[in-house]
Order: sequence, then C-alpha cells, then structure tokens
Amino acid sequence: MKKKKEFSISTLLIYISLIAASVASIVPIIVVFIGSLKTNDELQNTGVLELPKNLLNFSNYVTAFVDGKMLLGFMNTTIILVFSVVATVLTGTMTAYVLSRFHFRGKKIVSVLFLVASLVPSITMQMSTFQIIVGMGLFDTIWATVILFAGTDIISIYIFVQFLDNISTSLDESAIVDGASYFTIFFKILLPLLKPAIVTVLILKGVAFYNEFYTPYLYMPGSKHAVISTALFRFKGPYNTRWEVICAGIIITMLPALIVFLGLQKHIYNGLTAGSVKE
Amino acid sequence: MPLTERMKTRKFRQKVVIFTFLCIPVILLIIFTYLPFADMVRYSLYKWNGTSPNMKFIGLDNYKQIFTKKEYFTVFKTSLYYLAGSVIQIGIALFFATVLNYKLKAKNFFKGAIFFPYLINGVAIGFIFMYFFKSMGTLDTILVTLGFPQEKLPLWLGDPKIINISLAAVSVWRYMGQNMIMFSGAIQSVNSDLYEAAAIDGANKWKQFLYIIFPSIKMIISLNMILAVKGAISVFEIPKIMTNSANGSGTFVTKTLDTAFEIKKVGLASAMGLVLLAIIMIVTVIQKKYFEGSRDKGGIV
Repeated sequence: MKKKKEFSISTLLIYISLIAASVASIVPIIVVFIGSLKTNDELQNTGVLELPKNLLNFSNYVTAFVDGKMLLGFMNTTIILVFSVVATVLTGTMTAYVLSRFHFRGKKIVSVLFLVASLVPSITMQMSTFQIIVGMGLFDTIWATVILFAGTDIISIYIFVQFLDNISTSLDESAIVDGASYFTIFFKILLPLLKPAIVTVLILKGVAFYNEFYTPYLYMPGSKHAVISTALFRFKGPYNTRWEVICAGIIITMLPALIVFLGLQKHIYNGLTAGSVKE
Repeated sequence: MPLTERMKTRKFRQKVVIFTFLCIPVILLIIFTYLPFADMVRYSLYKWNGTSPNMKFIGLDNYKQIFTKKEYFTVFKTSLYYLAGSVIQIGIALFFATVLNYKLKAKNFFKGAIFFPYLINGVAIGFIFMYFFKSMGTLDTILVTLGFPQEKLPLWLGDPKIINISLAAVSVWRYMGQNMIMFSGAIQSVNSDLYEAAAIDGANKWKQFLYIIFPSIKMIISLNMILAVKGAISVFEIPKIMTNSANGSGTFVTKTLDTAFEIKKVGLASAMGLVLLAIIMIVTVIQKKYFEGSRDKGGIV
C-alpha cells in the first residue's frame, strides 16, 4: 500500500518537472516561429505571444531565402559539408586502421600527437592559424573551411579503433592469403563493416560542421561564400528593425537540424555517448 | 616464393600502407595544430599587426602587459557566471537523466524536447534569445502576464549587472540536454538487476539513485564538471553573437580574438592565447591526476 502512494506523488512531480523543462525548451522557439509569420506592422504592434492574422504568411521566408542569401548559404554549406565529412571520415578511418592493425616505429608518437591536440582548443590559436591559411592562399575560399574540417581527432579515431578491435584480424589474414592487398582489405572489407561507426562519426561531425560559426566567419568574409551560420549572422545589421525576417531566418536554419533529429534520434544519442566516453 | 622472401614483401607492403594512410592525417594535424602553436609562441615575443613585414622583437613585454594591466584578467570574472551555470546545468541534467530512466509516458518526447536545443546552430540560438530577452520580448511578455510591473523589468542584455546571468542561462539552455543524454547513457549501462534487487529489499527511488546510480556514474559526472570548467574559461560564441562582447559580457577569448582581428595586435593576442592555453593545460593536468587514481575502479576514462 505504502509503495503505491509514493509512486503516485513522486510520479506527478516528475511529470510536472518534465513538462516544465520541455516548455522551457520549446517556448522560445515557438515564439520565434509565430514572429516569423507576422508582418512588420503586426510584429511591432502585437505582443510576441499573439498569433498573426494570416497564419500562412510565408513572405518573410522568401525574403530571408532570397534577399538574405540563405539559399546561397545552404548551397555553400552543403558543398563544404560533403567535402569535409568525406575527408574527415577517410582520415579518421585510415588513421584508426593503421593504429589498430599494425605495429610500427612511431606508433606511440602518432597517438600522443593526436591525444595532445585534443587538449588544445583550436579557438585559442586562430591568430596563427589565420596566417597559415592566408599563406596557403586559401583565405576567403571555401577550401579554407574544408581543410580546417578535413583532419581527424582523437574521439573519431577512438570510435573507429574500438570498432575495428572487435572485427577479428583473421578476416584480414584470410584475405591476404587470397592475395588481397592491404588497400583492398581496407576499402573492400573493413570500410563496409565499419558502417555503424561511420554513421556515428558522420552525425557528430555533420552537426558540428553545420553549426560551426567562427571558422567560416573568420576565413570566408566574402558574402558569396556565406554558409548558413554566417548568412544568418549577417541579418544582424540590415534587418535590425525587421525581426520578422530574422525570425524566418532562424526557423530556416533550424529546419535541417530538426529533420535530422527526427530521423536519426537514436543514432545521435548513441553517438554522443560513444564520443563522451573517451574525452 | 620462399617464406622469408614473402615475409619481406609483406613487411614492405605494410610500410607502404602505414605511410600512405597516415601521411595526410598527420600532415593536417601538424599544419593546423602544432605549427600554429609554434607560430603563436614566436609571435607572442613580437609587436606585430599581422600583415606588416616589420615584426619588432619585444621579448616578454606582451606577457608583462597581460599580467600587469587590470583589464586583461578582470574578464575572467565573466567565466565565473558560466561556471555557476554549468554546475546548475549538470545538476538539472542529472535529475532528468535519472527520471527518464524510469518507466514514463511520452518519455521520448520529453527526452527529445529537452535535448533538441543542443542541435541548433549557435547563431540561431543567439538570435532566438535576443528576441527572448529584448524589451517586451518573450520573457518580458511572460513576466507581465504573470503580473510583474512592466516598468520594473530590467534590460536583460543591457544591464551589465544582469547580462552575464542572461547569457549563462542561454548556455544552460543550449547544453543541458547534451549532459542529460551523456548521463542517461551512463545510467543505462548500470546493471538493471541491481535496481530490482534493491527494490525487493525496499529501497525507494531516492535510495536507488544514491546507492546504485550515483556511484556508477560518478566518473562521468566528474568528467563533465572538468569539461565545464574548460568550457567556462573558453566561452565566446554566445557573447560574440548576441552582444558582440558589449556591456561587460566579454570573455578572455572574445578579448583575445578582438585583440588579434579588430585592433590587430597579433603579438599581444598570441601571448593571451598562450596564457589561456596554460590555464587550460593546468585544468587538464588536474583532471588527469584525478582520473588516474580512480581508473582501476572501473572508470571509463
């Protein structure tokens, strides 16, 4: 009897706290969505929680997309994302393959180099990275961002190594007996088997790259290289008095994240826990 | 082919694959991590604007300036707000991670709603909360509806006394869900037989948390605490996007970046970057020391 009573009261409190937290998460976003459907006049003369007269007024979205260069932003983001993600998965899996399958002189040094690098936040070194990018002639090209995203890091390596360690080396051995080269083993046998780990890294990196603001802001100031974050950031000046357009821009920026989230929820949660283990 | 010969070609082929596979990742690592570090050490000893061919060697003067002028270290105070925010954030995250481990209705909805902010673009988050905190924005409207007099409401992003609390709250909103998912992953790896045994023995939920869950995830909590310290020291995106470091919201990182790219004192900014790195390294060493001791007890780090 006692147990039943405790269950109902604590459960009620738990539900209240969960609802409160969800409201706190969602309300700031809903309000922005409401604002994005208003006309400039409505926005200035109605409260933020009041609904617009025309619930299907998407004209601010058109303004944000076209005048606000968000369409261009999406195109640049997509191009950068494709190149960077392919590059980072390749550098990550190749490094992990070598570290997990071979013993060689300098193996320890390579691991330590990656480990120490993970302790250094790159934001503290932008003044000298900037000089290097300028020196390479990449400043204000999309390749500045791609090359900065292309490398791998200790967390991706760890996720891949952990996965590779669970794939028996007898698989490699029998392929070698059949005359396969190490390259064939890696690309034809191991890479397909690594798919779940690749999905994890792909999601972690994809989200991080899509959301990255300072790298494109600093290295690609030209407006024709705007990515989604910098295109939105540029709304700050010209649309200062037009919050309805900024609101539309915010919602446009969020949509891909929302779609990815609804589709890949479980993978995202798993990716985060996998990544957190090593850091 | 004789066996030794075959072993030899195999060794050789191994060397080829090791070299080709490691060459690009390691070159990228050196060019974009170790070379900038070495350059930064060098620049920090010069007076230089980043573009002029004249670099004037000034020894340790840049460091002297950082440690003697008050304006450089006072910005670290801003980090304390974010640090306090992180402690609250970890507490809330732990609570939700624990309760979401129970059998509840609409569990996935709650989990998703609380977590989703983590996936939102930083610029979008900045703008969402500029709209939230602006005069008669979301927050003011809610407070007025609840009966607070409008004229007494503060300028959430204008008042230097409040601004960092507002911004630290944004940080909590953004990252709490991520902490929650990490904790929840750790809790799920706790053997569920333990709860059942405890429940049979009459332990209530609070006791189960205190004696079963908490000890098993202590490691990941401490880890997140230390990451929170590092995060608080290196905050920059939220103040940069929302207030452009105005009204006392600047952090050491925003100040470093402004020194490098706005007022073009690359030498001084490099010295600031190194000071920051040194602080982060100290925190890391403490972290390693701390975790080394508990590694044998089944810690994950």
